[in-house]
Amino acid sequence: MSTNDTIKYIESQPDYEGKQDFTITVYAEDRVGLLNRISIIFSKRKINIDSLNTSPSEIAGIHRFTILINESYEVVRKLARQIEKQVEVLKVYFNTDSEIIWQELALYKVSTEEITEKVTVERLLRQYGATAVVIRKDYTVFSVTGHKEETDALVKALEPYELIEFVRSARVAIIKDSAGFHEKLKEFEAEEPGEERVENEFLDKGDKIFTM
Amino acid sequence: METLQDTATKKATTNSPTFKGSGSQMLLNALIEEGVSTIFGYPGGAIMPIYDALYDYADKLEHILVRHEQGGIHAAQGYARTSGKVGVAFATSGPGATNLVTGLADAQIDSTPLVCITGQVFAHLLGTDAFQETDVINITTPVTKWNYQITDAKEIPEVLAKAFYIAKSGRPGPVLIDITKNAQLQIEEFEAYVKCNHIRSYRPKPKVRVEFIEQAAKLINEAKKPFVLFGQGVILGNAEKEFKAFIEKTGIPAAWTIMGEGAVPTDHPLNVGMLGMHGNYGPNVLTNECDVLIAIGMRFDDRVTGRLDKYAKQAKVVHLDIDPAEIDKNVKAEVGVWGDCKETLPILTNLVKENKHEAWVAQFRDYNQQEIDQVITPELYPTGEEMTMGEVLRNINEICGGDAVIVTDVGQHQMVACRYAKFNNTRSNVTSGGLGTMGFGLPAAIGAKYGAPDKTVIAIIGDGGFQMTPQELGTIMQFGAAVKILILNNRFLGMVRQWQQLFHDKRYSFVNITSPDFVALAKAYYIEADKVDERANLRKALETMINHEGSYLLEVMVGRENNVFPMVPQGMSVSEIRLK
Repeated sequence: MSTNDTIKYIESQPDYEGKQDFTITVYAEDRVGLLNRISIIFSKRKINIDSLNTSPSEIAGIHRFTILINESYEVVRKLARQIEKQVEVLKVYFNTDSEIIWQELALYKVSTEEITEKVTVERLLRQYGATAVVIRKDYTVFSVTGHKEETDALVKALEPYELIEFVRSARVAIIKDSAGFHEKLKEFEAEEPGEERVENEFLDKGDKIFTM
Repeated sequence: METLQDTATKKATTNSPTFKGSGSQMLLNALIEEGVSTIFGYPGGAIMPIYDALYDYADKLEHILVRHEQGGIHAAQGYARTSGKVGVAFATSGPGATNLVTGLADAQIDSTPLVCITGQVFAHLLGTDAFQETDVINITTPVTKWNYQITDAKEIPEVLAKAFYIAKSGRPGPVLIDITKNAQLQIEEFEAYVKCNHIRSYRPKPKVRVEFIEQAAKLINEAKKPFVLFGQGVILGNAEKEFKAFIEKTGIPAAWTIMGEGAVPTDHPLNVGMLGMHGNYGPNVLTNECDVLIAIGMRFDDRVTGRLDKYAKQAKVVHLDIDPAEIDKNVKAEVGVWGDCKETLPILTNLVKENKHEAWVAQFRDYNQQEIDQVITPELYPTGEEMTMGEVLRNINEICGGDAVIVTDVGQHQMVACRYAKFNNTRSNVTSGGLGTMGFGLPAAIGAKYGAPDKTVIAIIGDGGFQMTPQELGTIMQFGAAVKILILNNRFLGMVRQWQQLFHDKRYSFVNITSPDFVALAKAYYIEADKVDERANLRKALETMINHEGSYLLEVMVGRENNVFPMVPQGMSVSEIRLK
């Protein structure tokens, strides 16, 4: 992102104190132990991680962590800086829900007998856009992709009909404004630091808040 | 896409030849390439191949056998602090490695560059609860800047090069490298050792952005009551000269955190003293009166700021730091200048106007006079029968003239030493600032002496702290480190007692500590020693200690229930500092 998240954040939502969902995106080297180094930054402050996903990124050898937490802007900013400070972390972004496209995947195991017998169940599954992954005589596994509220709603709806098992994946998110990481990586690999390497949300917001 | 892993670490070339040998030998070669000459360590099962190789390197690497791994790492810290080089400590797996943890935490919070090498069980035994196996990488993750486990000797040169680069660059810190026994034994043909100077995911030193320095200069130029706070960043950045030039041109009074003490000589006219809980009166009170607060290489520790929501609220804050995570962490900055102060300070000095701020500096002098009358004179020139810690420090200043290295432990004596010791030179004050590690003083003094062999090194330690790591007397005995050990004995855990007196209705709960015969203890280690319990003998005893060739222990009996003042009680504002 060439323009900074923070600037937009300041313009759109001046609330620094109130808690809300933030999605933290971390680009890092793919190294053993890094997950621990990142997760203790949260646990040290007794902050719970709502969901955490690790995945490859568009660049071979670079890992992408997607971390969802419910905290205030001030806290998230400090956390992001502590994460970015780790030697093997390349870059950290944090965004509110309006700045990202995100999905979660949920799996539901339901008794096959229930489904075949009760028309409501079938209608429910249709309504939530569930697709059958496995159909066996004793049970069927459905999957739903969507936001937490949607997958949660189906859990509630299925409760009366023998929901045998439920699991939901961590959030994965794409940042709306992101142009990917290829260009940024070139800057990081250059020995002489370029502008990107001095990018810093504090410094970049400096002229916005400087008042004298 | 090319394989990025290959380009993750770029290297400069040096001329060392290809080398065939064991991983252990390669490790020691790497240390020599990095300029290491002194190692503090303790052998054990899982690090035996390295010690076996060390046998043949005795002419190039001096190994100091400590008596406990905690002593080893504190010694490495002391060495790093006085020499400015990376301190190196060796320990074996399991308990050897866990004994390093306190020192790692101390070095992490005080930004001390260290490379610690721990042995580890054979790679095929990892995770089997093997003898002396412990998950040292995970145990030490929160207290290291970086750590890494080597299971294949081929990794040794590159990982060691990274370790030294990470430890000393940017904001320095401790690095731990865990090496499995098979990797230590493995025979390999190693390529020429190349030092590391770039890691793509690591930005130790940002490019300086002049526009923010311009904003800072504008604030400083318009300020009527500017005030500088400086910390160890000035020392770590080797920017003492640049810092002095800045305050001298602007005429801004400057106060230090205990980690920054000595970056400017004690008697410099713009050095207005110590910040924080037991700091000087003027700097604390006037923090809440200044209009621009310029923080340089310091991190607004709670012991410095007191109650944050009443801290310098009237001031516009300019914060210069190499670590972006420090800017806005505790105190919101109006202007943050992210960078190495060695680079940013000269640019700033160039942009600021010459000034004197005479009336403002005089305000500090007025407060100082009040402090002298009410606190300092009674402490340095006591009229009562009991000796004070302050008068001991005054005598040391008179004898050494401010040229000694003063190493302290933690507690009342530490605060008194920081308040009253005179320093002419940088890298002369070695103390455990952030972590407050009792037991730090004695081993750190050993390392400090190796790091500054030409200086007089005085370890000032309380009777409590001394009893946490007294085993290092054995190291002094064996290696002859000429450390002057000064025990200020008040027969209490004095700082805790002071708090219990002031804030817990004098309910003295487990602060009454008895001591062995320290003189006899020192003599048991063949270290010369003496004890003073009256003022008449103090000066002569101190002179004897300081002029003695080699190590010496002096125990001074001081008043039991003396308190360190001024004091900003915890949870209070810096302007609510108490003089008594």
